[in-house]
Amino acid sequence: MTVQVKGPALPKSKTIENLGRNWYKFSRNPMSIIGLGTVLLVVFLAVFAPWIAPYPEHAGKFVDFANASLPPCGRYLFGTDTIGRDILSRIFFGFRFSLTMGVVVLAVVVPIGVPLGLIAGYNQGTWLDTVIMRITDIFLAVPPLILALAIASVLTPNLTNAMIAVTLMWWPWYTRLVYGLASTLRNEFFVNSAEALGASKAHIVFREILPNCISPIFTKMSLDMAWVILLGSSLSFVGLGVQPPKPGLGTMVAGGSDYLPEQWWISVFPALAIVVVVLGFNLLGDGLRDMLAAEEV
Amino acid sequence: MRFITFIVRRVLHSIFVLLGLSIVIFIISRIMPGNPARMAVGPRAPQYVIDELSRQMHLHEPLHIQYYYWLRDALHGDFGTSLVTRRPVADDMREFFPATLELTLFAGTIMAGGGIFLGILSARHKDKWIDNVLRIVSYLGVVTPSFIFAIFFLLLFGMTLEWMPTIGRLSPGVSPPPTITGLITIDSLLTGNLTAFLDALWHLILPGIALAMGGLAQESRITRSTMSDNLTKDYIASARSLGIPERVIMRRFLLKPSLIPTVSILGLDFAGTMSNAFLVEVIFNWPGSSRYGINTMLRKDLNAIAGVVLTMGVVFIVVNIVVDIVVGLLDPRIRLAPQRGD
Repeated sequence: MTVQVKGPALPKSKTIENLGRNWYKFSRNPMSIIGLGTVLLVVFLAVFAPWIAPYPEHAGKFVDFANASLPPCGRYLFGTDTIGRDILSRIFFGFRFSLTMGVVVLAVVVPIGVPLGLIAGYNQGTWLDTVIMRITDIFLAVPPLILALAIASVLTPNLTNAMIAVTLMWWPWYTRLVYGLASTLRNEFFVNSAEALGASKAHIVFREILPNCISPIFTKMSLDMAWVILLGSSLSFVGLGVQPPKPGLGTMVAGGSDYLPEQWWISVFPALAIVVVVLGFNLLGDGLRDMLAAEEV
Repeated sequence: MRFITFIVRRVLHSIFVLLGLSIVIFIISRIMPGNPARMAVGPRAPQYVIDELSRQMHLHEPLHIQYYYWLRDALHGDFGTSLVTRRPVADDMREFFPATLELTLFAGTIMAGGGIFLGILSARHKDKWIDNVLRIVSYLGVVTPSFIFAIFFLLLFGMTLEWMPTIGRLSPGVSPPPTITGLITIDSLLTGNLTAFLDALWHLILPGIALAMGGLAQESRITRSTMSDNLTKDYIASARSLGIPERVIMRRFLLKPSLIPTVSILGLDFAGTMSNAFLVEVIFNWPGSSRYGINTMLRKDLNAIAGVVLTMGVVFIVVNIVVDIVVGLLDPRIRLAPQRGD
């Protein structure tokens, strides 16, 4: 158990002034720092891939049979695949697809899931609550990967459609999370007094309740980056995501798995890259959760 | 009595959810462009065959009528014909599903048993080296997707060390037991065929553990944290002050309340296991419904996709009802809680 720093309650608008204090709390856990470092590194590699990858042209339809299937060596740190493309360069570009997937999916899912949860939670017990939450239940009733696979399979397999499939599966988690928060908060005094003062429903939901849900939503988003990227690479792995010759991490693992065990490097390094990304976002998310949880005290 | 009401409500809710799911799946199977009748008979069939088939498939009716016919057939176990295997989807599922069930149940057993065991071990030796090692390992277990575990296990134990088989459910030389339940381990035990039982078990180990790793890590983390929370509770301190031996405290007073969160999360982890079976079965060439599902998905075989997804949905919902009942039995607060409105 970490010692929780208890200070005077500060209004949320002063969050920026708390930045130093939050950073102190966050940075006391070395694991959070490792997570932050990993995420920053991955983002850096993804953004600057065309400039820092040793062989940027290997990310696409490049063929070099003279250097095919080389094990890791000085020139190709992670080896080359069966048609001579540098695995390391392809991993850098693979990070681009993974991060795009995570950012786009969350950017669509949160604005859909959160308002629905707020509305259902604030109107708890009415028909609005019933309709929204019953639909949510249906989507939560099947393992996300299975329904995402089914949706992706009827569309043309590519990154965009994989993102659509994952988006359709993901919004209910935010609805459920916010629903739980909003249905407790609606009985708080500050909501009751806003109601008594005649504030509009929109004001109560978005100005009174929503600000108090931000921390858990924020934490869930940073953890979800990991799981969305993972789901995306799973879709790519079975052939319903990023299509070859584009270097999706899951696509590379699947492509290399036919050449196990002799040419292990083709699938092992992309597989490790997936683990690194997921681990980084998880450590970061855990660090943020601890930091924000301490803030609530 | 209240517990029974709770279960009945839970079951009714699940039926509603399944109906909703069937609507979602029906919509998915109809948003695909193209005439399902033409896809069923192939591009060379003459128009009058397609017209006749469309009529038989009720394709000229409005969508909600089509859904009614589709649901009526699905409730009778009729999902139509698979475009890939050219057989009824129901027959395919009967053939492939037991293999998936065997694998996921095996993984679920490892997950629950191993997770609780490791969690207790961690909690008993809290902050000693064994706890620290287990914490790091379980963190890695949570963040590593099971298809990556599957590839690493395949490479290491299957191909490099050659300890375990890497393909299928039985070795080529071993004759399978007669089909009773479809689960080879159980069938071979029922018929007293020990060779087949051991061989089947041997084949289950690598894919089973690869599937279980994520859940195993999750379960052990949760068991550890609830147990170490409960250890600081007053009732444990008072039991200690009465001189009750530590072993008895652990078993009688600590274990049962500490397992409640573990069991409740088990239902969710089982969902992960079923999802991941889709990838792990492909890697280990496991002849189950998930590999069948992937094959049919890659070829847009809509009847088969609907059959696979609905079956998985039913299994998942049944497992979660069972989990809720077990949690209710473990936790008197849920079993005896006053219903809303009392």
